[in-house]
Amino acid sequence: MLGLILAAEALLGLGASIGAAIAAIAAGIGIGKIGSSAMEAIARQPEAAGDIRSNMIVIAALVEGVALFAVIVCVLALFV
Amino acid sequence: MKRLLFILSLLVAGFNAAYADNAHEGEAGQEITSQLETAEEAAEDEKPDLKETIFAHLGDGYGWEVPFNHHKRIPLPVIVWGKDGLHVFSSSHLTHGDVYHDGDATFKIATEGDYKGKVVEIIDGKEYKPWDLSITKNVCAIFIACIIVLWCSMMLARWHKKNPFKAPRKGLGAFESLVEFIYVGVIKATLKDKAPKFAPYLLTVFMFIFFMNLLGLIVVFPGGANVTGNIAVTMVLAIMTFVMTNLFGTKHYWKEIFWPDVPIWLKFPIPIMQLIEVFGIFTKPAALTVRLFANMMGGHMIVLVLTLLIFIFGAMGYAVASGTAVVSVLFSVFMLLIDVLVSFIQAYVFTMLSTIFISLAQESHDSHGHDEHAAHEAANTVG
Repeated sequence: MLGLILAAEALLGLGASIGAAIAAIAAGIGIGKIGSSAMEAIARQPEAAGDIRSNMIVIAALVEGVALFAVIVCVLALFV
Repeated sequence: MKRLLFILSLLVAGFNAAYADNAHEGEAGQEITSQLETAEEAAEDEKPDLKETIFAHLGDGYGWEVPFNHHKRIPLPVIVWGKDGLHVFSSSHLTHGDVYHDGDATFKIATEGDYKGKVVEIIDGKEYKPWDLSITKNVCAIFIACIIVLWCSMMLARWHKKNPFKAPRKGLGAFESLVEFIYVGVIKATLKDKAPKFAPYLLTVFMFIFFMNLLGLIVVFPGGANVTGNIAVTMVLAIMTFVMTNLFGTKHYWKEIFWPDVPIWLKFPIPIMQLIEVFGIFTKPAALTVRLFANMMGGHMIVLVLTLLIFIFGAMGYAVASGTAVVSVLFSVFMLLIDVLVSFIQAYVFTMLSTIFISLAQESHDSHGHDEHAAHEAANTVG
């Protein structure tokens, strides 16, 4: 128990790393789903490839924004 | 070309490994232990130094770095309003912790404490932070980005006035196709009739963010300042979108926020819907701020960390350092290329979301009423 309290500084690093890892997993899953449905849509209708591609990129940017919120919180926990 | 690169990297690694072997062979055990000690010390010095270096590169400063020379900087003016009035002087007086006396006041850059890295005035031995209006690196970069955007836009406008019905080519043609991509693809598609009213603001925001992002990726003088990675800058841009949305919001928009079309128990004794809607007004610019800031700062930080990795591994030996150098440089170049794509995408997403927020605030009663009417008609005909 005392060991845990003394290791609080190390726990900060552990918490931040686990948070960043979960954010990376979540971003990977989210963007993977977007990519897979975009691929399927392009396979069904190759003429719409340009439209689908632009929408896919935009939505990927939005999902990545959310993952980056989590990363910012982890960096704040680590350094502030 | 690929073979050349492969041979080059092998040569670099081989050379460093050979040097390392040479250094260890010619010495006795004592030398080796002293080398280990200095390596350990260097590693310990590196650890806090890492944070310092990263934040020094990502943050703001009073001078602009010159490439290949870590000690010289282009000095930018320091403009402070101290206790006794305005002081303007070059930041070259303040490099390396010097103290500068301007008349009665004494200034220096604080090295620790709350005001670390900022200009403070020393009165009776205590540090006091004056109003700081200096042209720092980020402010200078904002000026440069403004000048570039203004110049491109005004050149394009002047070209169109001189050649009425022709399409520009080459450089101006590229700029025009960018403007058209945003205007036709995003602004006119979302705002339809009200596009000319909001297009100046939205196009300015797009060009500004795009050029600031790109300038942050160039290493030498006009670029190299991580402006959009500064949360103050992105916060101000998001606040401007907030002002544009709410200042020009229609009465219908405000009615929808403060008295929405929901059952009465959600509105009247405890204003649940109102609180949620007002909270929603503030989270949208907050999301814009953090998204742009995190993307740009993340890109720069990854490249910096990869480069500093070489020095961390350098403490362990030459072979490791050279191997890491090759991999790290290649990966940094790859990340910088992705950063170019991300610069454009983030500017595009910021503009697109601003357009959508403005269009949501411009909803008038007619379009809303028509939708309800159509829904009613459909329900009646089905039922």
